[in-house]
Amino acid sequence: MTVEAPTLADPHDWLRRRSRWSVFEIAFWVASLLPFFLFQTYLPLASQIAITALFAVSVDLVLGYAGVVTLGHAMFFGLGAYSAGLISKAGWGEPLTGLIIAGLFAGLVGYIASFIIVRVQHLALIMITLGFCLLTYELANSMSWLTGGTDGLQGVETWPILGVFRFDLWGYAAYGYALAALFLGLVLSRRIVHSSFGLSLRGIRENVRRMPAIGSDYRGHLQKIYTISAVMAGCAGALLTQTTDTVSLDTLSFQRSADVVVMLVLGGTGRLYGAVVGTIIFMVARDQLSDMNPQYWYFWIGLLLMVVVLLMPRGILGSLAQLARRRD
Amino acid sequence: MISQLAIVLFDGFAFGMLLFVLSVGLSVTLGLMNFINLAHGAFGMLGGYVAVTAMRGLGWPFLAALPAAFLAAAGISVLLERTLFRRLYKSGELNQVLFTIGVVFVAAALATYAFGTVQQVIQLPAWLRGSVEVAGLRLGTYRIFIIAVALAITGLLVFGLERTRLGARIRAAVDNQRVAQGLGLDVEKIFAVTFALGSGLAGLGGALAIEIVGLDPSFGFHYLVYVLIVVSVGGLGSVAGSFFGAALLGICDVAGKYFVPEIGSFLIYLLLVAILFVRPLGLFGKR
Repeated sequence: MTVEAPTLADPHDWLRRRSRWSVFEIAFWVASLLPFFLFQTYLPLASQIAITALFAVSVDLVLGYAGVVTLGHAMFFGLGAYSAGLISKAGWGEPLTGLIIAGLFAGLVGYIASFIIVRVQHLALIMITLGFCLLTYELANSMSWLTGGTDGLQGVETWPILGVFRFDLWGYAAYGYALAALFLGLVLSRRIVHSSFGLSLRGIRENVRRMPAIGSDYRGHLQKIYTISAVMAGCAGALLTQTTDTVSLDTLSFQRSADVVVMLVLGGTGRLYGAVVGTIIFMVARDQLSDMNPQYWYFWIGLLLMVVVLLMPRGILGSLAQLARRRD
Repeated sequence: MISQLAIVLFDGFAFGMLLFVLSVGLSVTLGLMNFINLAHGAFGMLGGYVAVTAMRGLGWPFLAALPAAFLAAAGISVLLERTLFRRLYKSGELNQVLFTIGVVFVAAALATYAFGTVQQVIQLPAWLRGSVEVAGLRLGTYRIFIIAVALAITGLLVFGLERTRLGARIRAAVDNQRVAQGLGLDVEKIFAVTFALGSGLAGLGGALAIEIVGLDPSFGFHYLVYVLIVVSVGGLGSVAGSFFGAALLGICDVAGKYFVPEIGSFLIYLLLVAILFVRPLGLFGKR
């Protein structure tokens, strides 16, 4: 993916122009309110999608923008999910503070892990991220006195949001809550990727050796974005806990790490809405095909992956954008 | 206690040798083309199912089913390599990872369709069943057989790489692909041959593994993790690295599950992260 060069004299101006809200974005957010009025029966699915999309955006920041291939981001999702659940079990079910604490905890672990992440590249990087994820999974599995092991964490209770909106059976509050979090996450991510920091991340992705040569501290940048992404993934995990009132071991699984990367690639990496669109397509398709044996469902996902990688390496959104550009 | 330790060491070593056969091909192909082939475990699964079909459907003896597994995996892998994988050598590692994960998904679904999700079993010939007593220890005959096969393969590989013309070409291409190409070596062809051999070994490993770890459609995914650990810990493109990496992993895994079952596989993942932290290129990696 090439980034068009700034043509104006003032680079800040260029950055500002790129970060302007487009019509499509506004239309998207208006459309995201539709489930409240039109598809009420699908509200639980919609909140699942919003949560997973937030997780996918967090992965996009490290994978799509900074080019760090990670197969273990479910670790932060799961850490967030478990810490939110444990806080609530300990007697503090207030959702917003629980969300923040869970996110910060995942971020702290992410910060510590980032010291190792920036040291390695290529296969070793993939293996270290995968290793971390498997490690946390085994840890959670063996510490069943704390996490409930394979039975999952039971007895989580979440208080109403802001003391007003109770989590109802229909999922109005859950979807509103998850959507608000996704919106905040995306606004924050937009701000990040359209800043000079975001540009240097893309520089790292395009050519990691050149960054030190032009005086950019690429390790520091990578650590920062990895930590930010861990916080966001942790928040997504905490949202899942608070909206479903349970935590299961599969929040930490390799499957979740792989699925989120699949969604990201379907939509298109290195573009924030690619993560969201990919998540919607993946989750809706899975919901519609849920009566199918999951093994066969993965046949189609596998085939789709192969086709996307071979024919549309920029993902669905990327290919659409390319088509639109060719028309002009 | 001492005899317990010896048994665990022996079982672990046998398991490690199984992992070695499964993963050595990936190590060499990764070193050659830097192509991250996560579908390697799927070729192992293919070999396993070929062996099961040959023995149960066609009534072949075990010793004939093993080469069949090797040939089937080698043939199908080279077909895939020529038609699909070669398009991805120049693209980024993410695309390689995703494409080959897609292959694993499809392979698992096809295996479910053809064989169902049940664990497959095979009937070993009588001379491989039971155990023999060596110096007061009862050792499984089949595990001794696996160790013998793995050692023979190691010998063949080392001899082939060090003493034959093809081996010299492979070593040259691993060391420096560009210079090898400049000297007139057809690196693509070398790679296709290596890929077929490596996948064939994975298929053989899959067939050997049925008796020890079983075989079901999740094999490709489950053993992928083990295979990747062996490759990354051992170092790319190194037969000796894969050998020691696999032996270490096998022994640690069996010992961990035997002595401290409550923390399960935690130990090997910790070992993986620790080794890669200290040596990102693996124990025997050069580049």
